[in-house]
Amino acid sequence: MSDLVADDVAVEPKPRRRRGKGWLLLLPGMLWLLVFFIVPTVQLFITSLYDPNGSYEFGYAMTWHFQNYATAVTDNVDLFVRSFTYAGIATVICLLLGYPLAYAIAFKSGRWRNVMLVLVIAPFFTSFLLRTLAWSAILSDRGVVTSLLQTVAILPDDGRLLATPVAVIAGLVYNFLPFMTLPLYASLDKVDPRLIEAAGDLYSSPFTGFRKVTVPLSMPGVVSGTLLTFIPACGDYINAELLGTTQQYMIGNRIQAAFLKERDYPAAASLSLILMAIVLVMVIVYIRRAGTEELV
Amino acid sequence: MADAARDLTLTNVTKRFGDFVAVDDLSLQVPQGSFFALLGPSGCGKTTTLRIVAGLEAPTAGTVAIGGDDITGLRPYKRPVNTVFQSYALFPHLTIFENVAFGLRRRGAAHITEKTERMLDLVELRDYANRKPAQLSGGQQQRVALGRALINEPGVLLLDEPLGALDLKLRRQMQIELKRIQTEIGITFVHVTHDQEEAMTMADTIAVMNAGHIEQMGPPAELYESPRTTFVANFLGQSNLIEAVVVDTSGSDVVVDCHGQKVGVVGDRSHTDQGQAWLGIRPEKIVVNPAGDDATAASVSGHNVLGGGVVTDVSFVGVSTQYLVRMPWGQEVMVFEQNTGRRAPLRNGDQVNLEWSADHAFLLDADQDAQAGVVFEDDR
Amino acid sequence: MALRENTLTAPTAPVPRSTPGRWLADNVVMIVGVAVLIYTFVPIGYIFALSFNEPAGKSATAQFDSFTTDNWTSICEPDGLCSSLQTSVLISLVATVIATLLGTLMAFALVRHTFRGRGVSNIVIFLPMATPEVVMGSSLLAMFIAIGFNGVLGFLTIVIAHVMFCLSFVVVTVKARLAGLDSRLEQAAMDLYANEWQTFRLITLPLALPGIVAGALLAFSLSFDDFVVTNFTSGSTETFPLFVYGSKQRGFPPQLFVIGTIMFLVSLSIVLLGEAVRRRRRVT
Repeated sequence: MSDLVADDVAVEPKPRRRRGKGWLLLLPGMLWLLVFFIVPTVQLFITSLYDPNGSYEFGYAMTWHFQNYATAVTDNVDLFVRSFTYAGIATVICLLLGYPLAYAIAFKSGRWRNVMLVLVIAPFFTSFLLRTLAWSAILSDRGVVTSLLQTVAILPDDGRLLATPVAVIAGLVYNFLPFMTLPLYASLDKVDPRLIEAAGDLYSSPFTGFRKVTVPLSMPGVVSGTLLTFIPACGDYINAELLGTTQQYMIGNRIQAAFLKERDYPAAASLSLILMAIVLVMVIVYIRRAGTEELV
Repeated sequence: MADAARDLTLTNVTKRFGDFVAVDDLSLQVPQGSFFALLGPSGCGKTTTLRIVAGLEAPTAGTVAIGGDDITGLRPYKRPVNTVFQSYALFPHLTIFENVAFGLRRRGAAHITEKTERMLDLVELRDYANRKPAQLSGGQQQRVALGRALINEPGVLLLDEPLGALDLKLRRQMQIELKRIQTEIGITFVHVTHDQEEAMTMADTIAVMNAGHIEQMGPPAELYESPRTTFVANFLGQSNLIEAVVVDTSGSDVVVDCHGQKVGVVGDRSHTDQGQAWLGIRPEKIVVNPAGDDATAASVSGHNVLGGGVVTDVSFVGVSTQYLVRMPWGQEVMVFEQNTGRRAPLRNGDQVNLEWSADHAFLLDADQDAQAGVVFEDDR
Repeated sequence: MALRENTLTAPTAPVPRSTPGRWLADNVVMIVGVAVLIYTFVPIGYIFALSFNEPAGKSATAQFDSFTTDNWTSICEPDGLCSSLQTSVLISLVATVIATLLGTLMAFALVRHTFRGRGVSNIVIFLPMATPEVVMGSSLLAMFIAIGFNGVLGFLTIVIAHVMFCLSFVVVTVKARLAGLDSRLEQAAMDLYANEWQTFRLITLPLALPGIVAGALLAFSLSFDDFVVTNFTSGSTETFPLFVYGSKQRGFPPQLFVIGTIMFLVSLSIVLLGEAVRRRRRVT
């Protein structure tokens, strides 16, 4: 209530922030991130430029082989396309499912708000792998869902859900839903309900009010939810591995295989960095719009 | 207990934030045991000045002293100064009891429990001792903040617009309370506010601040009746400022010419003695009478008269009726007439004279901005 | 100034339809929301149900063969299950402590102090949250190999990796709490004779604690459940998620579903407990 009274401030003296101390507090954590995140990423970049003719056993020669990137792209175009398609579809479905849920919690939940928020993240309390395994059980050939869909003729009699893109996308949607719901909720929560009332007062129907007031105001949440869903979904490989076959493999699977099985480091590194670059582009676009203060 | 030499003295205090000068070479002395008000509009630097005294802000230049002791370099926790914050700043995770006892505990004082209970009694919150701040109303929180500061018996108590968040009725009540407590306890109070009525009600001395410097300092009545600047004239209450030219300073009164009519101003209220001036007269001091046959005759001898006015607006406000009177030179003069019932109210279009007692007007240098300090109703 | 005759008439408000359709329109959002929530619990239900299943063959399947409580009484029977759990708990505890400590310091720096290079710091902290885990895991592995750690991949390298990606989440959580803390409270404390250390100990820390605890819990759960990064940096050490993944080849012991259920119930109770404590304390 004291905000209603103007503070004696054209310029509010900010709380004293001592200069040198900030760096000191930041240092240990920053060092950790520097050594174990930035440096490895740089190292990855260097690795991606090795001569691909080397090998794990005999070492690699550094030849600034930028060609690796071109090769990585051309060899894996279909994988990239598939990854973005799956991730894109999953993100859209997450948006369609998550928005009503977030809206319900923000505006319609009343006393149950905190309970519902807990319920949104509660499924995450079990192991990610176990959940995905559970889905492979649910969608299995002799499972209820498959049989039901066969009976209703959405699936042919010998159709499968498992080991199809449908299962992989369904897994992606399931596992990334909270990443969409929570930012959406945070954004919707900030919308002043009186604005919607004002829209109604100015003769708009509830749907128009939603379209012209609520949706634009929730845009920051939509943007961050989309980023937080799409980006990890692109690089995911567990869902593809547990719910699909090599036909559904995504970029993540390829990177993992290249690193751990084939040990083709330059190829693996260049693939990783391409993925990373795409992420960075999206992050930069976001920063351009919203600045860096809201990032963390 | 009261040491008469423990006055609070600020000497040439300046505070700059980058290019912005919040406090501009400010000097003042607050006598020990007095109730001192720092009054001014938002952004004038009064809160910054307070924070400098508290130690929460370091001055760019100048010194702060209590008695003879220079406290300018001392950290806040080393100064015999306590603050009641505008937002109360009660510790949300501590009980009321612990909030009030906080200062005592830090200093390792004796008999903490008794002292705290006594203070809670003083602010009438003994029953709430075990509650948390969030469970109290605004007025109750304010009293806790006060008790938390007072209990430490500081040399100076600073209050940063402590009544700002309270509703009108409660505010009036607390104004009286605070004044009473201050008189009883005898601690120096420095009260920052933008509410001129509040300052005039409570303070022994007011310093009116504007843009980082003090416009005028003195007892409320002196500031109100004899303002030295247009800012003070407009900020405290309301004033009519009329263009005038000084014509005669030989007598005890200064005679000025207002658009052809001559009026006198007593010497000690004239703050300029030559050339262009502002003739100031407060709306409640003006007596408005229907113009008789002799347009410039005063109804009471010795009164100044300005004739030729026409009523252009009448507002009934219960206690008084407010008139706007358009003078021959175009200016609309405000008049507040108490509704004593002695005469029927005037109407729009009535021809009137304005008169006032000779010792009620004041004279200011015309160099000053006539709009300085004017407060619009929605700013209050 | 006289008002003109009002020539506009406001459109009349839609007449409320009678009950069933109206009720549906009013509540459709909530219904959809609850439906989505139910959908998210379906696998949990499966896990719970399957924990009571005695599989016909060696490996647990989706079929309900027969009901048994044996799985619950013989949790540690499968080889390596409990040791992997133990390893996971240990790793996560260590990683949580380190990440919470460092992350809290960083959050304080970001909220309470000015310094140049703020924008860069924000970006560096944000990136691990946005980077795909494959990239983080593989790059860390490459680095460990390059510096000759190849032989000692295991506990240490996993902890290092976990701290790395948990830091950002701790920073975000603590920062959110700190940003809501009124700094005037600390000024009030100093005004009341508390020096800097006392102010921190008595005012700042207690008020920031809920955020720090939340950050720690988040870090623990992220670390405990991590698979991808751990897979790259674990060498031969086996954490619980790695064990689960490995079961794909070995065959799933039904006890896995028991563990899954327990994990769910434990976390749920912690959260609900925290909520109850918060409600009782009613701290701003």
